[in-house]
Formats: sequence, C-alpha cells, structure tokens
Amino acid sequence: MSIIQELSNRDRVFEFLTPVASPVDVRHGPILYLEDVNVSFDGFRAINNLNLTIDDGELRCIIGPNGAGKTTMMDIITGKTAPDTGSVWFGSRHNLLTMNEPEIASLGIGRKFQKPTVFEALTVFENLELAMATDKRVIPTLRAVMKAEYRDRIDEVLETIGLENLRDQLAGILSHGQKQWLEIGMLLMQKPRLLLVDEPVAGMTEQEMERTAELLTSLAGKQSVVVVEHDMGFVRSIARKVTVLHQGSVLAEGSMDQVSNDPEVIKVYLGEEA
Amino acid sequence: MWLTRPFQERSTQLFLGILSIAMIVVVVLHLATPEGSALHVSSYTVTLLGKYLCYALLAVAVDLVWGYLGILSLGHGAFFALGGYAMGMYLMRQIGDRGTYGDPILPDFMVFLNWQELPWYWLGFDMAWFAFIMVLLAPGLLALVFGFLAFRSRVTGVYLSIITQALTFALMLAFFRNEMGFGGNNGLTDFRDLLGFNLRTDATRLGLFIATGVALAIGYVICRAIVASKLGRVSIACRDAEARARFLGYRVDRVQLFVFVVSAMLAGVAGALYVPQVGIINPSEFSPLFSIEIVVWVALGGRATLYGAVIGAILVNYAKTVFTGVMPDAWLFALGGLFVLVTVFLPKGIAGLLASRRKGKDDDSGTDDPDTATTREATA
Repeated sequence: MSIIQELSNRDRVFEFLTPVASPVDVRHGPILYLEDVNVSFDGFRAINNLNLTIDDGELRCIIGPNGAGKTTMMDIITGKTAPDTGSVWFGSRHNLLTMNEPEIASLGIGRKFQKPTVFEALTVFENLELAMATDKRVIPTLRAVMKAEYRDRIDEVLETIGLENLRDQLAGILSHGQKQWLEIGMLLMQKPRLLLVDEPVAGMTEQEMERTAELLTSLAGKQSVVVVEHDMGFVRSIARKVTVLHQGSVLAEGSMDQVSNDPEVIKVYLGEEA
Repeated sequence: MWLTRPFQERSTQLFLGILSIAMIVVVVLHLATPEGSALHVSSYTVTLLGKYLCYALLAVAVDLVWGYLGILSLGHGAFFALGGYAMGMYLMRQIGDRGTYGDPILPDFMVFLNWQELPWYWLGFDMAWFAFIMVLLAPGLLALVFGFLAFRSRVTGVYLSIITQALTFALMLAFFRNEMGFGGNNGLTDFRDLLGFNLRTDATRLGLFIATGVALAIGYVICRAIVASKLGRVSIACRDAEARARFLGYRVDRVQLFVFVVSAMLAGVAGALYVPQVGIINPSEFSPLFSIEIVVWVALGGRATLYGAVIGAILVNYAKTVFTGVMPDAWLFALGGLFVLVTVFLPKGIAGLLASRRKGKDDDSGTDDPDTATTREATA
C-alpha cells in the first residue's frame, strides 16, 4: 500500500528524470541548497540537521568554533564525504549527492583548501593553465595546445590576483599569501559559479589580509563565494551576511552586527574570545 | 602536433645528436677498421652496447612513471620480460625442424616434456607481425589490468611499490613452472634467425644494435612528447598534490593508467630487442632484484630528466661489466656503495650535477637554486 502511495506521490522527482549534464538553474532561487543534512563519524554527529541556502552572487561568511562542522560541510558539498541523510542541491537541477568529486568540480564548484596547495614544481602560469576550464580527459589533455584566448584568460586572472610579475616563477618560491592568491586564481580559471574558500587569511600579514579582503569582495556578484574563517576582524571587513555554525547546525544567521549581538552566539563562540 | 613538439627542444636535439653520433662512430669503427686494430669495435662489443641501449630504453620507461608521475614501480622487469618472452616465442617458432629433436612445430622443451601439441597461446607466434604486436600488447594489457585495479583504489606510494614487487615475483614463480609452457627455468634459447636473418652473423648483430638505438630514440621522443605536453604538467601535478589535481577535475587514475601503460609498452619493446642480442630469455628477468636495479640506474642518473636515466643505465651496466670481469664478488658491494654515495652527495643524480654545472656557467652570481620543490622531493 505504502509503495503505491509513494509511487503516486506527484511531488516526487525520480532520479532518472533529473538531467545530469545541463547548466546550473538558479531561476527559482538559491544556487546552493542544503536540507536536513546529517553526518556522523563513529557515532559522533559532525553535522546535525543542517539547513543552509546560498543565493546566486552572494558573499557569505561561515563562522563557528572548532568542531562546528565547517570543513565537513565543505566536504559534503564537494562530494568528498557522503552524508547519512539529507539532500544537497546545486541550483534547482543538480543533485550533488549523486555526483563524484570531478563531476562536481566541472559543474562549477571550486574549493580552496585550508592549507595552500599549489603545484610547487610548476610555474605560476602553468598552475593557472592546469586549472583552466577545458576538456580534462587524458587524450585531449595530451593534445592540448596553448591558444591565444587561453593565454588572455590566464593573463586576466594573473592581473586579478596581482601576480603578473611572478608568472614564470616556480610556485614553490611564492610566499604564503601569494600561494593563497594563486590558489584563488586557480579557482577563478575554472569559471566557477560557487567558490568555497576555507580559512583564506590564516597565517597572513595585515597587508596580505587587506589584499585578500579586496580580492574576495571583488569576486562576489560575478560568482557566489562562501568563506569559512576564524578571524573575526577579517569576517567583519568583508561579510554582508554571516552564518554561525555550532555542533553541526546553524545557530544564527544575519548581518555581522545582528549575529554578534545574539546572546546564543555570544555564549557559544564570541563569549570565549571576549 | 604533440608528437613533434620535442624536436623543437634543445635538450632533445642534443640527446638525439649525441646518440646518433655515438651510434655512427660505433658502426664505422666496427666496419671500417681491421680486426686486431686498436680502434676496432668487435662484434662482441657491438652486442654488449646494444644490450646497454635496451637497458637505457627500459630506464627511460621507469623514469617516465617514477620521475614524472611519482609511481615507484619495483616491477618493471615484469613488462621487460613479457616483451622478451613474446619475442622469444617468435624466435622459437622460427627454429622449425632445426632443433635437437627435429620437430617441425613443437619447440625442443615441449618435445622433451612429451607434449603432443602446441598450447593455444603459442598459436600465431610463427608470424612476425603477430609476435611484434604481442610485444606491445602483453605488457600493455598486464599494465592496464594491474593499473586499473591499483589506481582506481587509489593505491599509491610505498604500497604500490610493494604490489609491483609482488607482481613480478609472482610472475617469476609462475614462469619457473614447466607446466606454464614457457620452458621453465631454462627459458627460451637456441634461437636461429629473426625475419630470415641469421642471428649468429655479425651483420645481424650490427642491425640489431642499430634497431635498438632507433627504438631508444623513438621511445625517448615519445616520453619527451608526453612530458612536454599539458598531460606532462598534469602528471607532475598528480605526483605532487594528487587531491588538488582531482579537485581541478582531472581523473588522476586515468592519467596514471595512461602513462603507466605507455611505460610498460616501452619496457616490453626494450625486452624484445634484448632477447635476440643476448640469445636467451628465462624467468630470472622477472626477479625482483633486477627491477630494483633498474630503479638504481634511474636514481643514479637523475630522476625526472629522461636523459639521466639513459646515462645511469649505461654507466652502471658498464661498471657492472667491468667489475664482474675483474672481481665478480665485489659487484654488489660496489653497486650498493655507489647508490649510497649518489644519494648522499648527488641527490639529483648525475643529471643534476650536469645541470648545476651549466647553471654555474650561465650566471656567475652563484645564487641559490630556486628549485626547492625538487630538492625537497629528492630528500623525501
């Protein structure tokens, strides 16, 4: 009986009916949509009924104490970790839970890791070249030639991240901050719709931080950016909207002022620092 | 075209130039000087040099996967031996009724074992084209299946090295068995002719030497073309930061599989050219020790340069020939000592020494080598 009910449920969208390779559809709302997501590792609930929506073109900061599930959330969105229950949608067409990491990457979700990982044995230019949104299969890669339009695109990104003068240097000799920018540049090469940036200013100098804030705010609008960050000063300088995570679910959401006056938030997070 | 790109590189032009000049000198000295003259290169030496060139091609194949992809294969001897066996089977079938037992179809060892008919996997090896395809296909297929399983499960680093070691060891044990139909521990030998040319004449030996040189040149250019393409840069990316490459959208396992299969096929060709020159193929080529020795050649010559692998293979094998002639017992100590010395004093191998010499000449300021990534890797 219940099977018949389930099959005759007209709201249900069967998996095979959702097209896989089609552009991201944001006409009906948010670009990223997480609903009732749960993950546990060996009984520890890292993510607990998490609901989160990110609008197209938005710059969102996500803060929260250690172990709040920020990195796990990134892992779920990029396909590294599969949640136990819940649904994750990219636009209104793409169910991210049915895709693997490369598929999600080619769909337009770029991720910047906490530790800068660039290819140190390659030059800055080559790092950007590899990140370019092109055919990534083996044989096309083998036969790839550097076209003028690719070169222009790389130069454009080099300018955005301010590393024009270092284009032919090995990425291994860059400073920590420069590596972070190069990595953001690599994400931009993929022409992502959504950028996930994990602790971009950890270990940066004051000036590097300012430069990063400028870079990230200049990106918003063209693409959606989600920044996970510990540094409250930095968050205050870039954020329009802040989400506070605590024990795997959303504790508060709103502007920086709203959030930092929320008694709950002060208790679990800001209170510890103040 | 990606395949012609290496011809525009100075390093490849230099390599091909030196190789051709060396080959021409050997051929001229062999043909134009009278026997007994001080300059004469004997037929024995020509074959010996041909053997070194086979090893050089094998070392280039190993350097392609180890130097540029970070896959330390301790089982490349298996692909070399499989190519060798494919060639050996063809040469066995060419003997025909000239064998000791005079059977027109069955090789001697099968008659000796009282086998009545040829096993199915020996069929077709009387035709040269079929055998030559198998030289590429047998190692290529093994690498494809093995690599598919290993890379899909993301087995890398030391675990992969151990599995490759196990692979070649298992094959050695299998080929030692008479029931396998590959001649057991005696292997395949007593070859007569190749494509109608008598293998025991000087002209054929010279021809094989030249063919090996050409194969080395082609193999080198193919590897160089892969390395200089975008795929080569992706390989380095997979070597240094596999997870990052995956997030960029590259199928790391496919890249590894492709390069690994190409490398295995090159090793197979090296084995196929080796067998008619030494006149025998037996399971000892599968021995793990041999595969480790290949890695030592590459390490000595310098990883991730390709030409370093060639230098390493030729130098070490020359040293081996000299040493085993003078004091055979000391060879393994000498090899071990050499390896330790190079690792301590020349972490980038002989090629690294050459490169730093050239750099020193280019700028006298003597600034520090900015190549920190490679240094770190060599010490890791």
